Amino acid sequence: MKTNDVILQAATKVVVFIILTVSVFLFFAGHNHPGGGFIGGLMTAAALVLLALAFDLKTVREVLPFNFHKITAIGLLIAVLTGIGSFVFDAPFLSHTFAYKVLPLLGKTELATAVLFDLGVYLAVVGVTMTIILSIGEDK
Amino acid sequence: MLHAAILLPLFYAIAVPLFHKAAKPIHTGWFVLPVPVLLFSYLISYLPAVRGEGPVTESAPWIPSLDINFTVYLDGLGLLFALLISGIGSLVVLYSIFYLSKTKEAIQNFYVYLLLFMGAMHGVVLSDNLVVLYGFWELTSLSSFLLIAFWYQREKSRYGAQKSMLITVFGGFAMLAGIVLLHIMTGTFSIREIIANADQVQSSALFVPAMLLILLGAFTKSAQFPFHIWLPDAMEAPTPVSAYLHSATMVKAGIYLVARLSPVFAGAAEWFWLVSAFGLATLFWGSFSAVKQTDLKAILAFSTVSQLGLIMCLFGLGSAAVYYGPGEDSKLYVLATTAAIFHLINHATFKGALFMVTGIVDHETGTRDIRKLGGLASLMPITFTLAMIGAFSMAGLPPFNGFLSKEMFFTGVLNASKMDIFSMETWGMLFPMLAWIASIFTFVYCMIFVFRTFTGKLKPEELDRKPHEAPLGLLLSPAVLASLVVVFGLFPDILSYWLIEPALASVLPGLLADEFYVHIYFWHGWTTELFMTIGVVALGTLLYMQLKRWQGIYGKLPQKLTLNRIYDRGLFYVDRLSLKLTRVYMTGSIRDYLVYIFTFAILVVGYALLQTGDWDFSSAQYAEITIYEALLITVLIISALAIPFVRSRITMIIVVGAVGYMVTLFFVILRAPDLALTQMIVETVSVALFLLCFYHLPKLRKERSPATFRLTNVLISVGVGAMMTLVALTANDSRLFESISDYYVKESYNLAGGKNIVNVILVDFRGFDTLLEIMVLGIASLGIYALIRLRHNGKQQLLSQDRKGGER
Repeated sequence: MKTNDVILQAATKVVVFIILTVSVFLFFAGHNHPGGGFIGGLMTAAALVLLALAFDLKTVREVLPFNFHKITAIGLLIAVLTGIGSFVFDAPFLSHTFAYKVLPLLGKTELATAVLFDLGVYLAVVGVTMTIILSIGEDK
Repeated sequence: MLHAAILLPLFYAIAVPLFHKAAKPIHTGWFVLPVPVLLFSYLISYLPAVRGEGPVTESAPWIPSLDINFTVYLDGLGLLFALLISGIGSLVVLYSIFYLSKTKEAIQNFYVYLLLFMGAMHGVVLSDNLVVLYGFWELTSLSSFLLIAFWYQREKSRYGAQKSMLITVFGGFAMLAGIVLLHIMTGTFSIREIIANADQVQSSALFVPAMLLILLGAFTKSAQFPFHIWLPDAMEAPTPVSAYLHSATMVKAGIYLVARLSPVFAGAAEWFWLVSAFGLATLFWGSFSAVKQTDLKAILAFSTVSQLGLIMCLFGLGSAAVYYGPGEDSKLYVLATTAAIFHLINHATFKGALFMVTGIVDHETGTRDIRKLGGLASLMPITFTLAMIGAFSMAGLPPFNGFLSKEMFFTGVLNASKMDIFSMETWGMLFPMLAWIASIFTFVYCMIFVFRTFTGKLKPEELDRKPHEAPLGLLLSPAVLASLVVVFGLFPDILSYWLIEPALASVLPGLLADEFYVHIYFWHGWTTELFMTIGVVALGTLLYMQLKRWQGIYGKLPQKLTLNRIYDRGLFYVDRLSLKLTRVYMTGSIRDYLVYIFTFAILVVGYALLQTGDWDFSSAQYAEITIYEALLITVLIISALAIPFVRSRITMIIVVGAVGYMVTLFFVILRAPDLALTQMIVETVSVALFLLCFYHLPKLRKERSPATFRLTNVLISVGVGAMMTLVALTANDSRLFESISDYYVKESYNLAGGKNIVNVILVDFRGFDTLLEIMVLGIASLGIYALIRLRHNGKQQLLSQDRKGGER
């Protein structure tokens, strides 16, 4: 039974989005500034944990109907595939490359394959953290 | 072709079970019988070649890179043994056909083991390569083990098999070490090449160790004192096995080894003394112990021990000839080797016959106990005759072959007593005296064997069956052997030309003239030896008559000091000691194991630190300590030290969290933003998890561990801390080369397009590590999920599962 934590819940509704935004920022900033997939992933998980604390795990399950094992698996798959992808270009496993492109909205942007790898890390970390917390939290 | 002669029994053994299955009504032994007969006749055909042109060699590469080749070397000695093995093998197979029931016994197993043994034994005596010889040697141990435990339902059989296995394999292993030492000294495994380089061996420092190890192998296999204890227990084997393995062939493998390596070791005082003294001791102890036995096979077992000692002793005495070198001086001692070879043949014949006779008696009366037997002479006249021939030959009575070899043995020991080397002037007289006393005992047990079994009163109430004469098939083999006993006794010289002379030439090469002749005369005049024999007979008869009066002395011997007891106790205590030792250190408590691990780490690393020793804690290379660092480290140390003294779990978790945040702050002031961020979040998550986990746990109870244990803990933790601090300081002190980090700093933007070096290293330069690390995380999460979800929910689930299992 949850007590009626109006203030907590109201604050959470705002704060979660701020945290999520920060986590996405950290993730994309990773290549040139402090941040990266690992911290971004942990931060996203932290936002979800806050949701779970303010409401309850059931709500989290309803809002985010993901199977977090699958997210871990998808993350690992992306990381491995970026590694295997370099074989297509006759390069050793996990060779990365980058280029500067002018994109419609963003202007001149650096596009690096390492970001794809980092995305794998990000998803894996989110999946792992949430799996652990949900398995322990839902245990009776 | 010679390879085929060795391998034929081994491969034929594969076919035996097939024969057994295909032709149930026919005794499998009939299929096996052609193998030894064929081998015997094939080997006989080599006699002229070996006599005339010398040794025959055939080689096949096996592991040439290790100098291990399957070389067959057929000379006089090898041929003599091979003929004994295949000849007696044929007779034993024939005998076993009538001895073992084809319906009641697992005869297919019996013949497989027997053929394995036969092939292995041929391999031992015909191999030139010592490693191959060792392989076959262990195969004889193994097949003998299987044969002794043929009736594996009986506890005594298993005990005997285990005992013989332990002792012979112990010796075999020592022999392997000796072989390796010989290889170190000469650089070859080939016996012929080692013999050719014998002077190299004799001048080496490893000479005595190699000799001791090889002799250990030979003595254990040939049941020499004090390793003879396995042989009487091996008598639990079926009688054909005892006749074949434990009298005629396997126990002579050690003697073969001594004879074969005589050219390498002989001439040294150590060899002379070890071989002849152990032989003499075995001879004496075996004959002395045989008298008190009440089981026919036990009498024969001890008599085998004693006769093997006799042969061993003669080989030892014969080695003195090498010391004198070619010439007239050595002739006297060559005679001892001749006697050894002659007695080897004789012993195989009469002991084989005696074992078979015992088997017949056992078969026809149901017992082998001489206290129950008696008066069988008129019921089993042929068996009685065969037993008499065998036993009288063993006792050394004319006109049997045992008489001749016994006389030659006396000549050998008498010659040895006149020797003036190896400090024989002082000890020499012991040889003829002990030999003579042992011969008297031999005479006594031979008489017991014959007259207790066959004369006196028949005790039908003690016997399971009504005794009657054995069928012809059972009598055939001992009859052949007994007739050989008589033929060799009357015409001993037929052996000398074809068998003894070539064998002698291979035991004592280079010592004998190109043309030499061995003549064994039946009658050689009124010599000391003859008077000694007359003395043996006279005194032996007297002792046998008065047996009841003096047999009491056997009861007076200290029972606690018997070798069997020492062996049994030894085995028992080794077992118990290892159990105790394991119990002491394998406590099952993780704390104790951690104590071992940490203590070991402290000792090893500490010792290494002390050994290298040159640490330098000059502060020149260290950076200045700032006020923030000093503050942080103080807080860190205080909170870390507080942990062991905190009483509640929640506080403990909070303090651990404080340590974690201090580390975060350290990362901040040491300018590692990524690490600081990660550390902070990870610390938060893990503290939350700790709180979650320990919420349901009971309160910390005050531990009541003994004060000494806590002291150990303190000592060990202080030790580990001090050691690691020293290691860190020393390691920091001695950087061997420039760090690679400059490269990353320079190239991270150029090569990877990133300015965050940490991240570039993680995902680009060393992305492989990261890949595997996220896999670790994934595995950990799945592990936690599995641990929590897939567990038994108390009794209910277990019970329902049991029920399901029951239904299935």
